[in-house]
Amino acid sequence: MNRAAAALALAVAGLAAAAGAPRSGASYLAPDLKALQDDDFRNPGLLWVDQGRKLWSGAPGPGAKACAGCHDAVAMRGVAARYPAYDRATRRVVNLEQRINLCRTGRQHAPPLAYESRDLISLTAFVSRQSLGMPVQVTVDGPARASFERGRAAYHQRIGQLDLACADCHERSEGRRLHGETISQGQINGFPVYRQLWDGAASTHRMFAWCETAVRAQPRAPGSQDYVDLELYVRWRGQGLPVETPAVRK
Amino acid sequence: MSRGLDRRTVMAAGALAAAGLARAPAQAQSLQEMDMATALKLVLGDRKPEAGKVALDLPLVAGSGNSVALKVTVDSPMTQQDHVRRIHVFGEANPRPHILTAEFGPRAGRAEVSTNIRLARSQSVWAFAETSDGRLWVASRSIDVTIGACDSLMFKY
Amino acid sequence: MQPSPNVRLRVPAQAKAGEVFEVRAMIMHPMETGYRFDSQGTTIPIHIIRSFACKFEGETIFEARFGTSVSANPYLSFFARLDRSGTLEFTWIDQDGDVYAHAAPVTVA
Repeated sequence: MNRAAAALALAVAGLAAAAGAPRSGASYLAPDLKALQDDDFRNPGLLWVDQGRKLWSGAPGPGAKACAGCHDAVAMRGVAARYPAYDRATRRVVNLEQRINLCRTGRQHAPPLAYESRDLISLTAFVSRQSLGMPVQVTVDGPARASFERGRAAYHQRIGQLDLACADCHERSEGRRLHGETISQGQINGFPVYRQLWDGAASTHRMFAWCETAVRAQPRAPGSQDYVDLELYVRWRGQGLPVETPAVRK
Repeated sequence: MSRGLDRRTVMAAGALAAAGLARAPAQAQSLQEMDMATALKLVLGDRKPEAGKVALDLPLVAGSGNSVALKVTVDSPMTQQDHVRRIHVFGEANPRPHILTAEFGPRAGRAEVSTNIRLARSQSVWAFAETSDGRLWVASRSIDVTIGACDSLMFKY
Repeated sequence: MQPSPNVRLRVPAQAKAGEVFEVRAMIMHPMETGYRFDSQGTTIPIHIIRSFACKFEGETIFEARFGTSVSANPYLSFFARLDRSGTLEFTWIDQDGDVYAHAAPVTVA
């Protein structure tokens, strides 16, 4: 490795060390909420996983093939942990929701599921659940690099009337308190998440839109490439964290 | 866990029931739509609730008013001769104070129910138990609610 | 009649006669309060489940009547004891009278 590259590697390592090791949102939870997340019956997000299991086995339309027709559910272990990922056919980084829809339209001859619909969240939750406990492992170099860099830029871009970037809360102010809450690192290793505030399960894009609304910015569209880029970067920030889907949060 | 009440709280429960006497209970209304005093009058009648037997399990602080873990346990052998018929739970500051009524049959193993409830804001939650001997028992717990269930009514992100 | 929303049940497959066991039940339901409104100011109509019952051979073991003060995706835990094998019957009834019925067998030794 030449001296410039070595210096860069050291600088990056230093940044990572300064930021601290990744911490799952679960590590900030009050004990009763953590117990709820860990309860393999009572975790409300499991209702969506159940719905996903149903959809997985059933044909999405007359004459169409079920997901189970091509994929063994157990063999899906590890898949969600790699997403968002570069898709060669469409030549862009896609997240798990989009991957599912690409299968529906391209291979199952079924209409795509609307973003943030119960069924898309359910299928995403079901597939993610198969990776429970596995470390998040997204690829951010090669063809995914451009998306990753856009996501990193977006993460550090100040937006909205409150003029705040994601990094202002989730990096610079992590561990400090805001409105009685401890600010987490904003990791996404547990999505789709069951959020008590929303009385239901939700995707990363809904979370991003909520945060953007919170800083009085105009939120971007769920399913947009902007949000997928951001999702890749945020997922990379949690590289190595175990998949915890469905996480339970306030 | 609160196993009973001081005299002051028991008298307050009686006063709440007595206040209902001033209103004609609207029988056509469901329990859910009634204000607390009217609902209590319907549920308690003229009986005075006693302290004891009822344990009301709630966190001291609710992180989210949308989902607060509640457990009510009544000390009872649950035999044919001595059992709990019903448990009623009320949240005095909820827009619809009646939270739930649980009824127990002969095959009920314990006089206990757990569920998740909505709380509009910091308040006292009340649990009444009717035993087979016709007596009424009461317990209450005060809980702080940080974000109330009614605080995010506009459905947006 | 609406199809039943997803339901989760946890009932032991086996129990001893007279032994007290826990029953847990949860249903996917928004328990819409009728207080929420959208960004246009239009109220989202009330939509709740009004009652839940667990019966054995037609006799109620446990019944709960509730409304908007119970959380979305309502969860219930209660206790039963059986003297013989049979099927626990679960019904949720929503505000329009739709009945969502489910069952779980228990073998009693």
